[in-house]
Amino acid sequence: MRREKRIAFGRQGIKWREQPGPAAASALGNGAMNEARKKQSECPPQAFFEAEVERLLDRLYGTALRLTRNRTDAEDLVAETLAKAWATLPKLKDRQAFEKWVFRILVNGFISERRKRQARPRETQCGQDGFSLFEKVHQPFLLWWGNPEQELLDKLLREDIESAVEELPEEFRLVVIMVELWGLSYAETAETLDIPVGTVRSRLARGRSLLQAALWHQAGEAGIATCNAKGGSR
Amino acid sequence: MTQDLRCEEVIDKLLEYLDRELDAETDEALARHMETCRACFTRAEFERKLRARVNETGKVKAPESLRRRVRAIVEHY
Repeated sequence: MRREKRIAFGRQGIKWREQPGPAAASALGNGAMNEARKKQSECPPQAFFEAEVERLLDRLYGTALRLTRNRTDAEDLVAETLAKAWATLPKLKDRQAFEKWVFRILVNGFISERRKRQARPRETQCGQDGFSLFEKVHQPFLLWWGNPEQELLDKLLREDIESAVEELPEEFRLVVIMVELWGLSYAETAETLDIPVGTVRSRLARGRSLLQAALWHQAGEAGIATCNAKGGSR
Repeated sequence: MTQDLRCEEVIDKLLEYLDRELDAETDEALARHMETCRACFTRAEFERKLRARVNETGKVKAPESLRRRVRAIVEHY
């Protein structure tokens, strides 16, 4: 279970309860939620499956959309994932693990489909290692007033972030989605993708760097930030 | 890991800190540093909020056509 962190600054003692990852959210519930989940784990397979699907469907679809970048493919991927999950549900020993289990089926389904269509995703060589959006926003020459970081976050559209995620090369997009969208640990991500933890760590760092560079570029194009004055982002 | 970290060390480990991938001692050291360092705290907050925005993109209302397909899967298999 993920834990609550408390970060105090100065005398004000700001409580910072870190947003739990989506996977953790279900585990952090109060007694009532735990009781409900206990009951759910004891209910018949079909009722359990339908309840879990209802709870997760929008997230599965959203994740599939970010992976496939195509509504039709996303729909197919989720449908195939759930067909497989339903068919193999008796093999799932711990129903509390359903969420991560079904997500892994989705990721493996995506990878399998990609392998059918192309031999291997190309290894991507790209720059932007260590790019930090925060450092860009903090440039003193920018004519900001107030809170520039918050202003940037407020002005970035959801569509900007969606396209920045979707533009990531596949090997980076996968780990960013697994860690940031589903809250998987590095070890869980490594196990699912069958790669070393160190590779997860490096791909995640590169992926985040590329993501932030893309957002900075989009912010510049939208006139939110004057990134071009600093030589652009890519 | 020493108790007093420099900002450079905190920034270097910040994303792993937010991912809760650090060992307990390092994790605690970063938390302690940010109790008194506004710059690192602000940066951590920014990364956390950005992460929340990225996380939002993973949730999209599933279309009715998909819901029908899922119902059919459960009913027919």
